Amino acid sequence: MNTPFELGRRKVLLNKHTVQTLGFWGIRLVSLVTVLPILGIVVYIIAKGASAINWGFLTQMPYDGMRAGGILPAIVGTFYLMVGTSLFSIPLGIAAGIYLAEYAPETIWTRMIHIAIISLAGVPSVVYGLFGLGLFVLFFQFGISILSASLTLSIMTLPVIISTTEESLRSIPYSFRVVGLSLGGTQWQGIRKIILPQALPGILTGIILGLERAVGETAPILFTGATFFLPRLPHSPMDATMALPYHIFVISTQVPGMPIEIQYGTVMVLMVFVLGMNLVASLIRSRVRAKRQW
Amino acid sequence: MRNSSEKWITRSIQIAGSSSILFLLLIFLFLLREGLSTLGEVPISKLLAVRWYPIEGLFGILPLISGSLIVTIFSILIALPLGVGTAIYIGEIAPRSVKEILKPMVEVLAGIPSVVLGFIGILVLSPFLRRALDLPTGLTALSGAVLLALISIPTIVSIAEDALYAVPNTYRDASYALGASHWQTIWGVVIPAARSGILTAVMLGIGRSLGETMAVMMVTGNAPTIFSGLSSFIAPVRTMTATIASEMGEVATGSTHYHVLFFIGIILFIFSLVINISSSSAIRKRGEKKGQVVS
Amino acid sequence: MENAKIRIRGLYVRYSDGKEALRGVDLDILPHAVTVAFGPAGGGKSTLVKVINRLIDISDVAEIRGEVLLDGENVLIQDVNVVELRRRVGVVFSRPIPLPLTVFENVSYGLEVAGEKDKKVLADRVEKALRQAVLWDEVYDRLNNPAYSLSGGQQQRLCLARVLALEPEVILLDEPTSALDPVSTARIEEFLEKARRDYTILLVPHNQQQAARMADYAGFFLQGELIEYSRGEEMFLNPKEPRTRDYVAGRFG
Repeated sequence: MNTPFELGRRKVLLNKHTVQTLGFWGIRLVSLVTVLPILGIVVYIIAKGASAINWGFLTQMPYDGMRAGGILPAIVGTFYLMVGTSLFSIPLGIAAGIYLAEYAPETIWTRMIHIAIISLAGVPSVVYGLFGLGLFVLFFQFGISILSASLTLSIMTLPVIISTTEESLRSIPYSFRVVGLSLGGTQWQGIRKIILPQALPGILTGIILGLERAVGETAPILFTGATFFLPRLPHSPMDATMALPYHIFVISTQVPGMPIEIQYGTVMVLMVFVLGMNLVASLIRSRVRAKRQW
Repeated sequence: MRNSSEKWITRSIQIAGSSSILFLLLIFLFLLREGLSTLGEVPISKLLAVRWYPIEGLFGILPLISGSLIVTIFSILIALPLGVGTAIYIGEIAPRSVKEILKPMVEVLAGIPSVVLGFIGILVLSPFLRRALDLPTGLTALSGAVLLALISIPTIVSIAEDALYAVPNTYRDASYALGASHWQTIWGVVIPAARSGILTAVMLGIGRSLGETMAVMMVTGNAPTIFSGLSSFIAPVRTMTATIASEMGEVATGSTHYHVLFFIGIILFIFSLVINISSSSAIRKRGEKKGQVVS
Repeated sequence: MENAKIRIRGLYVRYSDGKEALRGVDLDILPHAVTVAFGPAGGGKSTLVKVINRLIDISDVAEIRGEVLLDGENVLIQDVNVVELRRRVGVVFSRPIPLPLTVFENVSYGLEVAGEKDKKVLADRVEKALRQAVLWDEVYDRLNNPAYSLSGGQQQRLCLARVLALEPEVILLDEPTSALDPVSTARIEEFLEKARRDYTILLVPHNQQQAARMADYAGFFLQGELIEYSRGEEMFLNPKEPRTRDYVAGRFG
């Protein structure tokens, strides 16, 4: 079927194959436009930041108002926040996921739990920051501390861990549970010995992806735990801490005379952290697919 | 003995299961606790004013809402075609080898922290836009929109791709059987069939953009102005999120300014709730409908 | 009959979707014998199996009435120890469903969840069960391999072994050979031949020939009702009820 198409004063006949070729190239172009910035950003950061990265940069304390020296406290702080977030969100998230996949009856309450999870996932990160400020910093009086920030980040990370856990558990065939029961095992024994071990890689992927986001977020820790000028590493969970995302924000917007290599170097460290976790999660995911027995 | 420890475990699991409802309520509660008093301290007429200047006691939030909307709408205008187009490419056209590269790349984009995008925005994007469009400053709504588009594209791609994938192959086969080309099939059959899923993807992208803080804070110039025609797109603006993030550090706890910032948080919370709940029910309905079609 | 191991009276089962799977069944299952429950699909035979070891608990059941007496005690009442029951009454399903564990762990699963920790005891019981299931010679050197590395017939004998490891009193088999090749089928039937002395066996057969081969006693089920019950030879050579006669003669299937 030919489509008459007026190009200037000439009538050009476009058959459907021409249209398809043009269309496909248009779509390819669109995808390219989407992909180029990604490549561009990553390459650009590596190019500009690699020169700043050396052992000293990663292990020394900063001086001269952060304009020189290393970024150790920011790296350590980010690490502490990651550990703190894990402590609270992983057990709670996995337990909630187990409940939804294995125990929850089909009631309105369960439906509401799912809605709550989706809602939590959509809450803006700065609102989490406000919440953390209101509840942990002020009401519980934990102050601006690793504790407050970790608790805030944990609640933000919870939806991802719960959803991935639930999905991973559901992907295990139902028949295994029936067999476990038929051999005189209880429901929990079946979960513990058969189902959970099989679901573990998927759960792990979810945990890594959740923590990856927590590590990169600035807004939730802005008023709950992050600080800029810290003369030493944090001693206890009640201390405030430096953290990579916040550090990047401050040195790129609020410190005059900040050497550009240090800015790019810090960004690169955060990117390596985050993309490294991304990579690990992907590897686990593909290994799971390969190793599946059933 | 085993029985009682198992009972304890089961009970803990049940409590954990309901924890998300608890946390959601807690968030709402504490936002209200710190923010609701705004309604007592600032008359509605002053809240709905067009000047946001806390130092002089002016708490008009309209410019902030306007700022958020401008940047978000603009970003969707960019992200929709790019995101849906990429989803179509990945889902319908790309050969396997290209897919294997493209999908991880989109995931990489999803993983880039927003502060890093803001960083690139300040150092690369804004100067570029300033020179290219001959503007007084590169810190504008446009810059914010571009960054927000980058942030919401992975969400749109992922969900739109799922929506396209869910269209049964029988639909495509029927179209081919009638002599349609692949391209005609995509636009005539697949996309209409997937339109509710694509709409959901866009809605979630909007939700993501509205809630974004750091990237917009770093590149939109932070000038609370109200929408005044097309020129606003290339002028500095201030989003609700950026307002909270940048001013919270300097307010006195318990002051009116403090309460108003929490109040803005309530608005953001409700916006995101509405968007997410309505798109999730759309996803669920689509899931149920798909079952009927296939069986 | 006085010495029935399992006595079923007035068993009525209705699922949530309205289907009446069993409609007032009275049946005695005798020890040291193979009782065969046969009939066309939808007769309620699988439901019967699920009721006896209370696996019916996880199905969508709207109503259960009647009694199922195991050694005189009703297993359908609420506070029965279901875990204990399932160790006494084992079940083999129609598809082999090995657990995603090793061969050894599949067989030892029931013992481990019962609390057995002694490694020597576990090893002994596993070997004994595998020998009973005529599988030991084929897997003794592969006990730590994944159960899924076995062939279909081996997997089903593995499923049998893991039931035997618990030393049950009753074994229920729901079409255990329907997914197997003739050789594996023969192995399973060999086991049943020998095992009938020591256990109470209820077999839902894969086809009528298997029913005729294996039955000491037979019950013909049609749409939830027990139409006829008699000794094996009588049932297949000379059925009394007209519907049984029609089915056995192949006039409907």
